[in-house]
Amino acid sequence: MNNQRGCTVVLGGEAGQGVQYIESVLVRVAKESGFHVFADKEYMSRIRGGINTTVIRIHSERLQAHVEGIDVLVVLNRGVVSRLGGRVGTGTLIIGEESSLDGGEGVAVPFAAIALEIGRKIYANSVALGTVCGLLGIDRDRMADQVGRQLSGKDDEVVRANLLAATRGYDLGVDLRRDKGIDFGLKPAADVAEHLLLSGTEALALGALAGGCNAVFAYPMTPGTGVFTQLAQFSREVDLVVEQVEDEIGVINMALGAWYAGGRALVTTSGGGFALMTEGVSLAGMIETPVVIHLGQRPGPATGLPTRTEQGDLNLALYAGHGEFPRIILAPGTIEQCFSFARKAFNLADAFQVPVFLLTDQYLVDSIATIPDFGGNPVEIDQRVVETGEGYRRYRLTADGISPRGIPGYGSGSVCVDSDEHDEWGRITEDLDGVRVPMADKRLRKLDGLRREVLDPELTGDPDYSTLIVGWGSTCGVIREALAALAVPGLAFLFCPQVWPLPETVAGHLARARRIIAVENNQAGQFADLLQRETGAWIATRILKYNGMPFAVEELVARIGGEL
Amino acid sequence: MKEQTANEFDNRPEMAWCPGCGNYAIRNLMLQVLGEMRLERENLVFVSGIGQAAKAPQYYNVSYFNGLHGRALPAATGIKAANPRLTVVVESGDGDMYGEGGNHFLHAIRRNPDLTVIVHNNMVYGLTKGQASPTTPLGTVTPAQVHGVAAAPLNPLALAISLDASFVARVSVHRPEVMKAIVRQAIEHRGFSLVDVFQSCVTFNKVNTLRWFTDNTSEVPPGHDPSDRQAAFAMALREDPWPIGVLYRHHGRQTFEKGQKMYHADDTPLFRRRIDDAAMRTLIGRYR
Repeated sequence: MNNQRGCTVVLGGEAGQGVQYIESVLVRVAKESGFHVFADKEYMSRIRGGINTTVIRIHSERLQAHVEGIDVLVVLNRGVVSRLGGRVGTGTLIIGEESSLDGGEGVAVPFAAIALEIGRKIYANSVALGTVCGLLGIDRDRMADQVGRQLSGKDDEVVRANLLAATRGYDLGVDLRRDKGIDFGLKPAADVAEHLLLSGTEALALGALAGGCNAVFAYPMTPGTGVFTQLAQFSREVDLVVEQVEDEIGVINMALGAWYAGGRALVTTSGGGFALMTEGVSLAGMIETPVVIHLGQRPGPATGLPTRTEQGDLNLALYAGHGEFPRIILAPGTIEQCFSFARKAFNLADAFQVPVFLLTDQYLVDSIATIPDFGGNPVEIDQRVVETGEGYRRYRLTADGISPRGIPGYGSGSVCVDSDEHDEWGRITEDLDGVRVPMADKRLRKLDGLRREVLDPELTGDPDYSTLIVGWGSTCGVIREALAALAVPGLAFLFCPQVWPLPETVAGHLARARRIIAVENNQAGQFADLLQRETGAWIATRILKYNGMPFAVEELVARIGGEL
Repeated sequence: MKEQTANEFDNRPEMAWCPGCGNYAIRNLMLQVLGEMRLERENLVFVSGIGQAAKAPQYYNVSYFNGLHGRALPAATGIKAANPRLTVVVESGDGDMYGEGGNHFLHAIRRNPDLTVIVHNNMVYGLTKGQASPTTPLGTVTPAQVHGVAAAPLNPLALAISLDASFVARVSVHRPEVMKAIVRQAIEHRGFSLVDVFQSCVTFNKVNTLRWFTDNTSEVPPGHDPSDRQAAFAMALREDPWPIGVLYRHHGRQTFEKGQKMYHADDTPLFRRRIDDAAMRTLIGRYR
C-alpha cells in the first residue's frame, strides 16, 4: 500500500453513472469518521459516457495534493483500468463487475446483480459505495446516515432500497477486508470535526461573499462556471445580483457598470472567455473602476482541453488589456487560500481601484479538502466609497495616485468616468503634457502602494537551502508533499501566492540559492520567465507538465529527485 | 424649482462636433427635456460608448459612464443592477448601438432593464470618416464601400419589436416637439425604451439630409395602437415614408432589476447593503 496512515481510493466510471454520488457520500462519511480528506477529479468534456475518475485520499493528516498511486480502485465500467495504465500497481485492489475489470486481476463484485435483487440496477452505486465503506472499516451507521442525507427529498422507497444496497455492499467490503488482511492504519484525528469540507469552487464563492461581493456576472465556461452557479445558489439567501450575460464582453462591462454605481461585482471565466474580456480590463485600468476577475485556467490554445487543468494563462492575465495600468494577480495554492484571497481581492480592488485577478485552475477549483474553519468573524469588507460634493473630481491628482471614489446616487457631485484620456473631472482631453502625462503617472503611481500590500512568499523546507524550488498557484500542495517525501537537506520550496506585483523579498530568496528549479503546470515556465525578468535570477531547470493533468506527488519526487 | 433659462443640466462645454451637426439639436432637446422633467441630478446617470454621438454625456452636467465602443448597454445594465433608484439614460450612435454593440442590443431588450436608449441614427460612421453603418441604405457609396453598400440595412425598430422591447419609438430632429414628448415618455416608461433618432451628418452623409428626413418621414397615424404588436411590426417595416412616433409599447413587462430576488420588495442599492457575520457563518456552517 502507498502509505501507512491513509489510503487512496479511486473511483472510475462513465459520466452520469454515479461517480459523483459515491464520492460525495464517501468524503463526508470519511470526514465524520475523523479522517482528513482530499479529492480531485478529471473528467471528459461530455454530459454522459467517457471515463471520469476521482482520486480520494483519506488520511490521518491534512493533505492537499494529487497522487498517482491507488490503494483501492472501484471501476464502474470497462475501460477504466486500461485508461489508468501504470497507475494501477501490484498493491492496487481493484473492485468491480467481472465485465469491467478489462480482463485483469481484481475482485469481481456483482454490484448490478445485487442491485437487481433489491429492485433496480441503479442501486449498484450504493452497493459499490457500501463495499468501499466496509473495506475501509467505516462505521456502518455513519454510512447509512450519510446515504440518507444525500438522498433526502427522494422517495422513501428509493432511500430504503439504496440503504439496503449500501448495507449489502458493506458486508461484502467487511469480508473482503478480513480475507485480504487489509489495514490502512487509519487513525481518526481529533480536530477533524472542527474542519470544513469544501471544494475550491465553494471556498472561492464563500470568500467572495465574505469580501462583500454582491453581484456576479458570467457566461458559462468550464472550469470558471462552478463559482457562478455556486453563488447563484447562495443568492436564494443573501443579497446578490446574479446575471448570465450574452458574452464575456458584456460580462466585464456589466461588472464595471455595477462597481461604478457602488456594487462589488465578480466575473468568473476561463481562458477563452477571459480573452474576450481584455478590452474591458483595459477599460477598468483607464476609468480606475475596480473589478474582481476569477480566471479558472484550463489548457489552451483556443478551446484546448476544456475539462483539464493547466497554469498556462499567467501571461494572459499579466498582459491582458492594451495600454499601461496596474493590476494585481493572486494565485491561491490551497482551498483555504481560495477563500481568503477571494475575500481580500474585493478589498484590494476597492482600495486601489484596479482589476484584481484570482488565478486558479481546474485542478484547484474541482478539488475538495478538509480545511480549518474561517473563524467567528469571517466577513471583512473595507468599502472605500465616498460621498461626493459640488465640484467633485473623480480623478483628483493625489500623492499616492488614489482618487477618493464617489458613486452616482451618493452626494451632489457628478461622477464622470471616461475611457478616453480625461482630466480630473473625468472629461475627455487632448491636452498631452498638461493632462495626459500627469494622469498616466497618477495611475501607475498606485503600484507603489499596492507593492506594500503584497502577499509574502512562503518558504518551506531547509532554511539553509542551496537548491530552491519555486512554484505558484495550485502546485503548492503537491510540491510541499514531494519535498517532505524527499527529505533532502539543502532543499527548500518558495511558494509565491501573489504573482503580480511580485513581493520584493522574492529576489533575496532567489539570490541565496545556488540553483533554482521552477515547477509549473504549463509548457514554457511562464512564472520562471517572469522571475528572471523581474529579479535577474537565472532559472535553467524547469519541471513542467502540460498534458492536462496536475502533477502527482510520486511524479514530482522522481522528477525533482532526478535533478538533484 | 428650477428656472428654464438656467438649465442645471447644461455645463456649457466646448464641443467636438462639426458645425451644423444634428447632435447639437439633439443635445438642446435633451437639455430641455431633462430641465422640464425636473429629474434629480444626483440620481441621473448617462451612459455611452464611443463615437461622436457617444460624446453627448460629456456635454451635460451629469454623472456619466463613457465606456467602450459598443458596450454602453451592459455597463448601463450593471449600473441599474447596483442601484435601481438611478435614472439611467444611454445615448450613443447607430454604429455603436447596432453594429459593435449588436449582440448586447438583442439581449438587453430581452432582459428589459429600466433604461432609456437614445440612438443618434445618421446612417453613417462620422468619427472614422464616412464608412457605412448598419443603417446605411443599400447601394450607398462610401470611402470603404466603394461599390456601394451591399449588406441589407438593419431595421432597429422591427428588430426591437420582434424581441418584444417594452417601448419602441422613432423621432427626428426636424420635429423637435415630437422628439421632446417622446423622449420624456421614454424616460418615464419603466423598462427598456428605444428611441431611434433620425439625424443628419452634414459632413459625411449627403443623402440623408435634414431635407431628406423632412420629405421621407411622417407621423404615425392617430389610429395606430402601440399595444398591437403585429401592427407595430408592420409599421416598423414602412420606409416610404418612414414612421415617426411611438410604434410599440408593452406595459407591465417585468424589469431586469425587479427580477432580481433582492429587489423584489426593496430597492435599496447595493452600497447600502452588507452581509453580516451571522449570515456568513450560516453558509459556511453547512460545510462542517
